Amino acid sequence: MGTTLAEKLWQSHVVKTGKDGAPDLLYIDLHMIHEVTSPQAFEGLRLAGRTVRRPDLTIATEDHNTPTLDIDKPIADSTSRTQIDTMRANAKEFGIRLHSLGDADQGVVHVVGPQLGLTQPGMTVVCGDSHTSTHGAFGALAFGIGTSEVEHVLATQTLPLKPFKTMAITVDGVLPKDTTAKDIILAVIAKIGTGGGQGYVLEYRGEAIRGLSMEARMTVCNMSIEAGARAGLIAPDETTFEYVKGRPHAPTGADWDAALDYWRTLLTDEDAVFDTDVVLKAADLEPFVTWGTNPGQGLPLSASVPNPADIIDEGERVSAEKALLYMGLEPGTRLRDIAVDTVFLGSCTNGRIEDLRAAAAVLKGRSKADGVRMLVVPGSARVRLQAEAEGLDKVFTDFGAEWRNAGCSMCLGMNPDQLAPGERSASTSNRNFEGRQGKGGRTHLVSPLVAAATAVRGTLSSPSDLESASMEA
Amino acid sequence: MEKFVTHTGVAVPLCRSNVDTDQIIPAVYLKRVTRSGFEDGLFAAWRGDPDFILNKDEYKGGSILVAGPDFGTGSSREHAVWALKDYGFKVVVSSRFADIFRGNAGKQGLLTAEVGQGEVELLFKLLEEEPGRTLTVSLEDRTVSCGDVTVPFEIDDYVRWRLMEGLDDIGLTLEDELAITAFESTREAWRPTTLPAKHLPSVPIESARSVS
Repeated sequence: MGTTLAEKLWQSHVVKTGKDGAPDLLYIDLHMIHEVTSPQAFEGLRLAGRTVRRPDLTIATEDHNTPTLDIDKPIADSTSRTQIDTMRANAKEFGIRLHSLGDADQGVVHVVGPQLGLTQPGMTVVCGDSHTSTHGAFGALAFGIGTSEVEHVLATQTLPLKPFKTMAITVDGVLPKDTTAKDIILAVIAKIGTGGGQGYVLEYRGEAIRGLSMEARMTVCNMSIEAGARAGLIAPDETTFEYVKGRPHAPTGADWDAALDYWRTLLTDEDAVFDTDVVLKAADLEPFVTWGTNPGQGLPLSASVPNPADIIDEGERVSAEKALLYMGLEPGTRLRDIAVDTVFLGSCTNGRIEDLRAAAAVLKGRSKADGVRMLVVPGSARVRLQAEAEGLDKVFTDFGAEWRNAGCSMCLGMNPDQLAPGERSASTSNRNFEGRQGKGGRTHLVSPLVAAATAVRGTLSSPSDLESASMEA
Repeated sequence: MEKFVTHTGVAVPLCRSNVDTDQIIPAVYLKRVTRSGFEDGLFAAWRGDPDFILNKDEYKGGSILVAGPDFGTGSSREHAVWALKDYGFKVVVSSRFADIFRGNAGKQGLLTAEVGQGEVELLFKLLEEEPGRTLTVSLEDRTVSCGDVTVPFEIDDYVRWRLMEGLDDIGLTLEDELAITAFESTREAWRPTTLPAKHLPSVPIESARSVS
């Protein structure tokens, strides 16, 4: 019997096989760090008199707790400032490369790694952030870890881990118009549930996945964690190699050829068996939005808010009742009729240049709905520069959106970009938990296309709603 | 790490599923650089409600949390484990834990006892009938007992051994340092390194300003 890609990646990184129920010791090729989950890890190292084993396999950025305005001024919030200062002091003390606020390579850690070419096929990648699953789009085994594990990797460049189970998620066929990677992953999570992926590495396969760009693949893998999975994975192919080639840390010359020979072996064998198989038809998909308070509570945009009374499973029914109460929604309301106050375009899920291009194409020549605030936050400073070179910033500002500096921004209620209590957003980020975007804030997860169309109409919309509106006019 | 063999304490029934880490501790509490004092952030949004279970007198001093399935989903923040521990919880009982949360808990000596959903509901019933009851959790026997009712729980053998011995994971791994060095000597030379740093030319980044 053959092996899956996840198993191949695992086996090629085992430093020591665990015996008698002990975990395997796995080597880590790339460790990314940010200011929020690392200070206690560095403190642990200091207390134990330990050092960083491989600063040359470690990279840090500032993203979660940074403002997206006035980045040239001292950070106003003193605890946030202390956390950033601590990151800088730790990087200096332990010799770690850090891309600070204001640096051209600063940005959301999961945008920065790939754009520098540090994320490559066949690697193990970890970060003290659950969305590390993003890097699985390159055919790398990439997963989020806690602070104790951050300390462990800093000290040893390894992690003791038990093997994950494998799940194949096959998306057959071709995606309909205006249906994107974000809609695929929201549909997957709605199908398997927020706990459905627990203990698994999800390998996304099939024609619709192969047809996605690298950035779209990153969107899919990014939200694997929202299905409870440890990691998401897509086998590398020509699209992957083309994306990596020429990036600052990509191999060159003979090294490129050697790397490519290896990368081409990174496929699940035809006779390999997955622990679980899930199949979706791309043709059945359409723009997807969430109505509740976990990412599994999503439906096609054409649907209506569900009635909890119709849900058979008691746990899910109670969860839906609580969600509707929090979200301030009535069963039966058409999702398209839900009005929002804020549209957020950005995050490690949808803050890349293609996301900005897709949204800008919808917004160009249109004007913003009254009373709606739109924040556009590039995933990295390089994405911002690229967007400006293409004139996208002008499209956003002409439309009436705010054009910000790079960071996690409104994806999590930590930095100054937050929803006020009761405010409702259409957000291209990854979590719609209670209070995630600010205490009392209500979040609907959407694709960049839906975000843009929603900013035009003021209610949850897809670009096709704009076309039909202009035809009627 | 402190050894964990058995624990008896007041149990708190949190009758919710999908208790994500943003509920356990909202992001605003993650700005600190210390490793203690996170108890004020625990369930911060819900604790504003006087009817929230932790605000009830009979659950004061609770040290065992019993919750519905998919406890600890979402963010990898270990602060969620620190907040539970700093508040005084020693054990969380649930029918399903998110992987990263369970891993973090194991590293920090917070016991995650996985029982069947039927058993969670049985415990909810017993605890609601007589609020403030104590449970006894035996890691040695892998059981949760409430009066004369005893239910088994599951935990990874290796994690159980480590918790019962109170062992430090990093110390254990460093015993294998020779194996790590040997592995490193086999890594291909073209594998990327972050240093020396390579990047596109540095250019000044203009600061965005508030439009309002």
